[in-house]
Amino acid sequence: MKFTTPAGQNPIDQLKVIGKPTDRIDGPKKTTGTAPYAYERHDVVPNQAYGYIVGAAIAKGRINAIDLAEAKAAPGVIAIVTADSAGRLGKGKMNTAKLLAGPDVEHYHQAVALIVAETFEQARAAAALVRVDYARAKGRFDLAEQLKGIPLTGDGNAGSPVDRVGDFARAFAAAPVTLDATYTTPDHSHAMMEPHASIAAWDGDALTLWTSNQMIAWGKEELALTLGIPKEKVRVISPYIGGGFGGKLFLRADAVMAALGARAAGRPVKIALARPMMANNTTHRPATIQRIRIGATKDGKITAIAHESGSGDLPGGGPETAVNQTKLLYAGANRLTAMRLAVLDLPEGNAMRAPGEAPGLMALEIAMDEMAEKLGMDPIAFRIANDTQVDPAKPDRKFSQRQLIECLQQGSERFGWQARKAKAAQVRDGQWLVGMGVAAGFRNNITMKSAARVGIDRKGMVTVATDMTDIGTGTYTIIAQTAAEVMGVPLDKVIVLLGDSSFPVSAGSGGQWGANSSTAGVYAACMKLRESVAQRLGFNSAEVEFAGGKVRSGNRSVDLADAAGDAGLSAEDAIEFGDLGKQYQQSTFASHFCEVGVHAMTGEIRIRRMLAVCAAGRILNPKSARNQVIGAMTMGAGAALMEELAVDKRFGFFVNHDLAGYEVPVHADIPHQEVIFLDEVDPTSSPMKAKGVGELGICGVGAAIANAIYNATGARVRDYPITLEKFMDRLPEVA
Amino acid sequence: MKPFTYERATSPAAAAKAVADRPGAKFIAGGTNLLDLMKLEVEAPIHLVDVNGLGLDRIETTSDGGLRIGALVSNTALASNETVRRDYGVLSRAIVAGASGQLRNKATTAGNLLQRTRCPYFYDTNQACNKRKPGSGCAAIGGYSRQLAVIGTSTACIATYPGDMAVAMRVLDASVQTVSPAGQTRTIAFGDFHRLPGNTPHIENALAPGELVTAVTLPRPIGGQHFYHKVRDRASYAFALVSVAAVIQRDGSGRVAVGGIAPRPWRVEAAETAMQQGAKAVSARLLAGAKPTTDNAFKVPLVERALAAVMAEARAA
Repeated sequence: MKFTTPAGQNPIDQLKVIGKPTDRIDGPKKTTGTAPYAYERHDVVPNQAYGYIVGAAIAKGRINAIDLAEAKAAPGVIAIVTADSAGRLGKGKMNTAKLLAGPDVEHYHQAVALIVAETFEQARAAAALVRVDYARAKGRFDLAEQLKGIPLTGDGNAGSPVDRVGDFARAFAAAPVTLDATYTTPDHSHAMMEPHASIAAWDGDALTLWTSNQMIAWGKEELALTLGIPKEKVRVISPYIGGGFGGKLFLRADAVMAALGARAAGRPVKIALARPMMANNTTHRPATIQRIRIGATKDGKITAIAHESGSGDLPGGGPETAVNQTKLLYAGANRLTAMRLAVLDLPEGNAMRAPGEAPGLMALEIAMDEMAEKLGMDPIAFRIANDTQVDPAKPDRKFSQRQLIECLQQGSERFGWQARKAKAAQVRDGQWLVGMGVAAGFRNNITMKSAARVGIDRKGMVTVATDMTDIGTGTYTIIAQTAAEVMGVPLDKVIVLLGDSSFPVSAGSGGQWGANSSTAGVYAACMKLRESVAQRLGFNSAEVEFAGGKVRSGNRSVDLADAAGDAGLSAEDAIEFGDLGKQYQQSTFASHFCEVGVHAMTGEIRIRRMLAVCAAGRILNPKSARNQVIGAMTMGAGAALMEELAVDKRFGFFVNHDLAGYEVPVHADIPHQEVIFLDEVDPTSSPMKAKGVGELGICGVGAAIANAIYNATGARVRDYPITLEKFMDRLPEVA
Repeated sequence: MKPFTYERATSPAAAAKAVADRPGAKFIAGGTNLLDLMKLEVEAPIHLVDVNGLGLDRIETTSDGGLRIGALVSNTALASNETVRRDYGVLSRAIVAGASGQLRNKATTAGNLLQRTRCPYFYDTNQACNKRKPGSGCAAIGGYSRQLAVIGTSTACIATYPGDMAVAMRVLDASVQTVSPAGQTRTIAFGDFHRLPGNTPHIENALAPGELVTAVTLPRPIGGQHFYHKVRDRASYAFALVSVAAVIQRDGSGRVAVGGIAPRPWRVEAAETAMQQGAKAVSARLLAGAKPTTDNAFKVPLVERALAAVMAEARAA
């Protein structure tokens, strides 16, 4: 199905199943431990051996030699894989560094060897006996240092021109009220509960991989490319995923090393990355240093806005695109957005929940708060005054839907914003200083081609198969809702099969495109199936109605089960998106509100309550959407208050590489969260008229918290995370 | 983790002897710290002597009106004990400020005393660490040291003692009861129990090889208001940046010990004479000679601020 014109009325608009708050259909399996995750697939293939990866002890240099004698002799060891024994390996197109080091080491904890043994304990014990002789080379580990002298570019591709609208420099110089400030965000770790894990089994030259991956088709292709085998020979299976946040978008060492280990051992091999390896072995959200300049008239109209962001990555890597939202969020005739990319020899940077916008808004939305204060305006009024309903760079290009003002206004009412004191440090509750903050949330809508196969059997059961993934988001449920709605059956008549590369290729889970794109693909397949049903029954498909498990046309009514017959019926189709995303700017919007308490003496920060108001197209399942948003708000709170991969700039690695050192919020940090979804349908996004929310939920949260801390204390902190040592000296004197 | 052998001890003295007789052997009780360290091969005992089931899990009043806490009393049992909550509130509060409910169920009193530093360089066996591997150097010095110690450190080690319970025990003037491999018992004053690193940061306490902690004894209750203020970025399940254990009397006099800043619970009795002069006077004496790093210099003013918060609470009550 080609989607080239805005959707009209269609079966989804019935909203009998879609749009209803619906429990996860996979919930009982998850809560009873019967949804097996990759490492637990003991059932799928016998004789599984255990792999344990040895990570590089240096950040940059060469392996002179590896002494495997002790490890080979250790109890239970079956095979050892190193670059010397692995044979010729390719590299995935989306991998920056190789997944097996040797002779060069590109980053700390890059895999240098794999031990395969009879038990996990034996593999781990033998891994500690691998003696690697390294020649350490000088690396580049200090972002601020490495950014010096790097030229500005546009979208991050070398040589692309800086993105300019109007004449920023002149307008900024002429503006009566200006801000010029620098903000920093640190490296972040995805820190999902389930580590990267895979079981690999060879059958001749064919490989099956049970793994935990957000993008099945990418994983299949990249694994084939890395191993140098035809992709037809690779099957990837990943039906349940214990969180990803972008950390499982790509092929990683667990998968490649399991495949190599299984080949070397001549039997299936399973590997999970040990928690202390995850921060340095895998990808992370790169740190940024962002400069924002805003110029405005005295009555608060932005006339000039510039956002520059610098980040670093391994050679051949890309920038954190933290300036994205600044192209579109606020009006202003004169604009400049640009990036710098330094080379760093730290582990490779890549996507983490709302790449670009998440760190970009952490900076921009503090800047907006600062600017509002300079102007003597309420921060909500300032944002509303600078709303734009068109792409500021191409004024004839409209937003398909844009309810930022409504998000801010409704949030203001619901949160009790009028009680906020405009002047900072005015509210005290015992030893606590109390403040409120607001920020706008913004995340672009991305659509991706997505296919599915839908069948009906003799019992009237509808089965959907697609290689789409459920990374904890609720995909199983919204896909079931979609099929139930279109085929006119109750939810319990739908079976959803996901995460298998033998199924039609879907959009996968990333960039908050999964929900809208994958359900649109299921919609397309269901519509094709309806056609087949009508044809088989000799009904005119234009007037046929699917409801209550029956197919009706005029006064004729047939059970869907009977229509399917003993042979059943099946259809496969894909949604393919035309250029509506170019004709219209499709984005999602939110307002984030936060109240914090800051201990007047110690500077401890505790969030008191949070609210998000989201406008993100049709909400397919308010329950799972809310779940996504509160999870994202929690992650935003972590980014605001505690999350930081600490860089050792001498040795080039993330030091706090476990969950004791890399703190993410716990329940005690998150007292009360409320989420409101505004009514919205976006016919330009897909037949579902939906967009994504899973990343919108994090966008702006950090700044709302930062602004609340400022409002509580009068201390402006521009370096995340906002920990007490960054403002303690600005708190009231103690007796 | 290296393979190891295991036995269950039959008596405290037998346990002590079993460990003393096998160089490289260790006691195991709750295992909440030791097992983690073994998995990383930060610890690699060849033999474990399990001291669970030796009857060391009772809390009893002593003849002089104090409390004897068996070495195997769980953190949960100790924190929820009625006498502890009534008469030694600082101890109860310190314990529940640490770890998680699940860990406190498993963690024991003696094990908690002996828990090892959370210095990230100690945990990463690729890095130099004099505590893990004597003589290898200290990667933490000049590295990421926000959590690490500001006082009591040496040029060999700047690790912090991470616990909460022991900070309260220090302020309560507890003492540690032990039994030797020869079956002899002795009492170690709490202030003498944890050692400063000096040139031997791998030696962390006063225990002789094989010597087993059997109990911690608290003297008679001292009254006063009890506080444990633990400052951390995360509201729960995080180690202290700074923690203040204090018992403050009506007249403003009292005792204070600080966690998160030193290789052991940090108490300077002489500083307590200034309690009535306020937090600045006390912390100046408490932290005299502090040598913070750039990363953790904030801990020095934070001690004063946290103590001021506690004192303000005491005045307000």
